[in-house]
Amino acid sequence: MSAHLAEASPGRPAETAGLSVRGISKSFGPIRVLEDVSLDIRPGECLAILGENGAGKSTLSSIIAGVLAPSGGTMTWCGEAYAPRSPAEALSAGIGLIHQEMRLLPELSIAENVFVGRLPMSGGRIDRRQMIQRAEAQLKRLGLDVPATTLVGRLRVAAQQQVEIAKALTLEAKLLIFDEPTAALGGDETDRLFEQIDRLKAEGVSSVYISHRLEEIARIADRVAVLRDGRLVAVHDTASVPVRQLVEEMVGRSVDRLFPDLDPPSDRVVLEATGLTSSEGAFQDIDFTVRAGEILGIAGIVGAGRTELVRAIAGVDPLASGRITVAGEPLRLKSPRDAFDAGIVMVPEDRKGQGLLLKQTIEDNIALGNFDLVGRGGWVMPAQTRRFAEGAIASMGVKGRPEQRAGRLSGGNQQKVVIAKWLARAPKLFIMDEPTRGVDVGARAQIYDAIAALARSGMAVVVVSSDLDEVIGLSHRVMVLSRGRNRGIIERRDVSHVAIMERATT
Amino acid sequence: MTTEVTSPRAKRNLLPRIAFGGVAGPLIGLVLLCIAFSFASQYFLSIRNALNVLDQVTVLGILAIGMTMVIIIGGIDLSVGSVLALSMMSMGWLERMAGLPLPLAMVLGVLTGAACGLVSGCLITFARLPAFIATLAIMSVARGLANLLTDGRQIVGYPDWFTNLATVRHLGFFSVTVTVFVVLMIVAGIFLRYRATGRNLFAIGGNPEVARLAGIDVRRYTILTYVVSGALAGVAAVTLAARLDSSQPSAGLGIELDTIAAVVIGGASLVGGVGSIAGTLIGVLIIGVLRNGLNLVGVSPFFQMVVIGAVIALAVTFDTMSRERK
Repeated sequence: MSAHLAEASPGRPAETAGLSVRGISKSFGPIRVLEDVSLDIRPGECLAILGENGAGKSTLSSIIAGVLAPSGGTMTWCGEAYAPRSPAEALSAGIGLIHQEMRLLPELSIAENVFVGRLPMSGGRIDRRQMIQRAEAQLKRLGLDVPATTLVGRLRVAAQQQVEIAKALTLEAKLLIFDEPTAALGGDETDRLFEQIDRLKAEGVSSVYISHRLEEIARIADRVAVLRDGRLVAVHDTASVPVRQLVEEMVGRSVDRLFPDLDPPSDRVVLEATGLTSSEGAFQDIDFTVRAGEILGIAGIVGAGRTELVRAIAGVDPLASGRITVAGEPLRLKSPRDAFDAGIVMVPEDRKGQGLLLKQTIEDNIALGNFDLVGRGGWVMPAQTRRFAEGAIASMGVKGRPEQRAGRLSGGNQQKVVIAKWLARAPKLFIMDEPTRGVDVGARAQIYDAIAALARSGMAVVVVSSDLDEVIGLSHRVMVLSRGRNRGIIERRDVSHVAIMERATT
Repeated sequence: MTTEVTSPRAKRNLLPRIAFGGVAGPLIGLVLLCIAFSFASQYFLSIRNALNVLDQVTVLGILAIGMTMVIIIGGIDLSVGSVLALSMMSMGWLERMAGLPLPLAMVLGVLTGAACGLVSGCLITFARLPAFIATLAIMSVARGLANLLTDGRQIVGYPDWFTNLATVRHLGFFSVTVTVFVVLMIVAGIFLRYRATGRNLFAIGGNPEVARLAGIDVRRYTILTYVVSGALAGVAAVTLAARLDSSQPSAGLGIELDTIAAVVIGGASLVGGVGSIAGTLIGVLIIGVLRNGLNLVGVSPFFQMVVIGAVIALAVTFDTMSRERK
């Protein structure tokens, strides 16, 4: 390790105290988002913070990382009063925030990203050699084997996240806050991240872990804190708390069940796919059918070709070969329009990038793609749009008014808008790619109910998900993809984590 | 006031409608300007002067209609000034050198503009050039061609019926060119608000991928939008030729920037997805009233540029701030 780093360490007292948060509150105008939260984060532990969207998790982590100033309360860090006025101050005190969305400069190298704003200088010039050496030392510490001169834009999302971590580590961070770090990661990458957090833990680095994925908590966290409506409602000294109990604490009421009961599907085949092969090599030779009233889950690790497969069926990406029939009619898909004229609609994986116009109103979003139903002869009158949107909103139970901007809704409500938009077309096949990504637990159950209701009404439904519990709880049958091939379709009575993972990792 | 009897429902609908596209702010600005100039100059507040302002903004206004659509889909069209010049020269050249009847030459002039838009649109969609670069290239090419046609000379002396289009006020009111401008504004306003195709343009500007997944043929609409912008530059060229009684290869130099300014003052966002014809009309009138009023007060043209620049910065600042507060 370089001389520069060695200087930085001895100044700090031995890790005894960690971070204590005392009575922290935060208001935005009249709205209180955090109320009197007190928490301790001990040296070398991983504390999970759970809560629904809007519970105050991100606000709390922003306060700890110096992004926001609290309205009240105090913090101490390593035995000293701690009130960072900026993220830079927090970082130099040893507290780093790993954002949910990467904040990196894609056109710069890893080393430059790690040192941006504090490039090592020598003789008035940037000391590139030192910069690259120190960045590589941290990458090695994370078990990442890429040269520090690689452009960040060339890295995969998972590797980009590691660069963020490396950046915090070069500043001798003693506390890392991970805000939904696995939202964009696949199974393998998630495992690797957990190994890194474990390794850092062993080195005495504490972490705060914020996630929606409850199943991850037991794996990674030592203790669990639950926030609800800005208040701390529970702190568990162990992470092995039953998921159901955590959910109930998060939503503040008892949850009988997360997944709805499924009715048996009919025998009528809606979608028959044979020999589907991607023109970009993402999947080969895939055969399957979906019947009316049936929910087919598609599982697999990231990169298995799940999203690419459903995008091709929805007419978004081209197929190299294969045959798709809907209700016996063979299809030629050249555009999304062809697909939904044939009765296939899709709720895409990336809601903000592909599903919704965030700056436009709910009614504009619902009317988009449905103008043929809203008006006649290409005319679209505001009153008709309003009525159309009100109908769709009511049918999905969206909490919002037609004239509200879509970007202002919670993740769950946004997803309902995307689903509602297609309902009026009475589609035959409804494809959902990651339907609950970024959606909090309370709203999740409602989306599951909605999906089950679609099936009950006689639609064929395809659900792609990285969340195994979701695929298992929601599907009549589960198709497992791995490296672009169909590794088998598992019936509901036989499905289990093990059964899926065995096939997914072949 | 009688409006007080309206039902709560109607009131609720009216407010967001006025606020939509940020028209309220620019409108207040325009009214304040008019009030200020009414005090500063005794000639400002008259029907005659109002008609003058309309005459003066006709060319800018017609260009701004196309620019509004281009900006709504998240694009930009830097070529409108040069395309205007090329259309104007084509019309003149076809009439004078090729001996075509003037009405036919007028139509071909407009088509020349449309063809330029078609090229821009194809460069943007098929060659995947950024709109800024594609239209910058066309801007240079069209200006060059406009000069090449007559080796840089102007074409003077059109028939009386043609110049009358811009100068004779029918029923003591609108000239033909101003009527064309007003009708185009109304048609475009209705198109953007009540036609499915118009609504689709907002979706494309909001997020082209969302629009594509919703079944919109983004490429086709993008090309068509630039074709419309080019064709409107052609229409603006004909009205300008009528007003000047000549075709000049240097016409419309720099007017693309005034056009963009008018659209942006009217509340459109250069990021795309936001904008309205009503806003653009107000933006065009703000620029027109400023020029007219400052002239009446006797401010030098150089200082006028300074004032207009300040107004652009002010207008967009207010717009951004009011958006953030919402």
